[in-house]
Amino acid sequence: MLRNTKVMNRFDLTQRLVAKLKDEAVVGGIGFSNFDLWASSGGQRLENFYMLGSMGLAVPIALGVAIAQPQRKVFALEGDGSLLMQLGCLTTVAAQAPKNLAIIVWDNGMYAITGGQATPAAQAGTDIVAIARGAGIAQSAWASDEAEFEALVDQSLAGDGPWLIAARIDSERAVKQTPRDPVLHRQRFMQGMGVRGA
Amino acid sequence: MVDTTTKTWHGIVLDVLKRNEVRLVTYVPDNVLRPVIDGAHADPYFTAFAAAREEEAVGIVSGAWMAGMRGIVLMQTSGFATLPNVLASLACACQIPLLMMVSERGTLGEFNLGQALVCRTMRPVLDALGVEHHTITRLDETDFIVDRTIRQAIGTQAPACLILSPLLTGGKVLS
Repeated sequence: MLRNTKVMNRFDLTQRLVAKLKDEAVVGGIGFSNFDLWASSGGQRLENFYMLGSMGLAVPIALGVAIAQPQRKVFALEGDGSLLMQLGCLTTVAAQAPKNLAIIVWDNGMYAITGGQATPAAQAGTDIVAIARGAGIAQSAWASDEAEFEALVDQSLAGDGPWLIAARIDSERAVKQTPRDPVLHRQRFMQGMGVRGA
Repeated sequence: MVDTTTKTWHGIVLDVLKRNEVRLVTYVPDNVLRPVIDGAHADPYFTAFAAAREEEAVGIVSGAWMAGMRGIVLMQTSGFATLPNVLASLACACQIPLLMMVSERGTLGEFNLGQALVCRTMRPVLDALGVEHHTITRLDETDFIVDRTIRQAIGTQAPACLILSPLLTGGKVLS
């Protein structure tokens, strides 16, 4: 549970995730979530979408990708503050129950990119996994350490979702910044999805 | 061309969506849009479902388009007013042909002051973002406007908004 989970590092966990991927789509949420995805992929992975705005929409965008391509596994990487902004999307995911969607929530209890202010959820002791389960995503779990995070990712790659994996992370800033070119990211992602030629 | 003499506005809308392979219909419910929503649910061609908030529906349709599936977001005027940030930072910035259909409240017999006020923000927001929009008032123009707006949005990779006037739909009046 929440209190027994180790505080991990987002860049480290993102690298562990990316190392396991083949043609899976990944939607990186606003801020450090997509910055670390960029750094973990060396900016090379076409199946990544880097969300430079639209705070809170990583899960809805990933859901749209999952509906359009039911044969491809899709990951959404979202921060706790971003998810709080669009909590209703968890009920939409539960209602649509896409087998190919996995949501990863990086929970540091703060708005790290704006100066580390605590989220209301951190002050309240809110349990994001309990929210997800309550919303109807039964396969929701805290990763208690790096090994369990990897095991949960393996499980979500192998089995039917939807899944939600939450990880407590530290307050480290992202190691690099994603280039601020929304059209480039959209075009590359469409190539990665096989919708556009190279 | 569809024979508009025997067609309803919502029947025409569904026909044109099909003709243009717009299969994903996401919405936040609205009374005026009910026949479009019901029609989309009843037809297995469409994948139709409600989102909890309009922003979310925009994200879903944007993601689906990037992965090769066309979609549209249905909402009413007050729902559109929640969208400027995601229109600017996702649909406009990424050049995504996000299709929106708004049933217009706040005019021609509105009884709710809040709806009348928020309605006045809709076209200025669309204009400020440079989003193409057309207001449909007549049954005989519905096919043409919806069809051409979808084609232009996809052809130019730009979001577009179709506004359904009470002149077309009858709107919502205080009973």
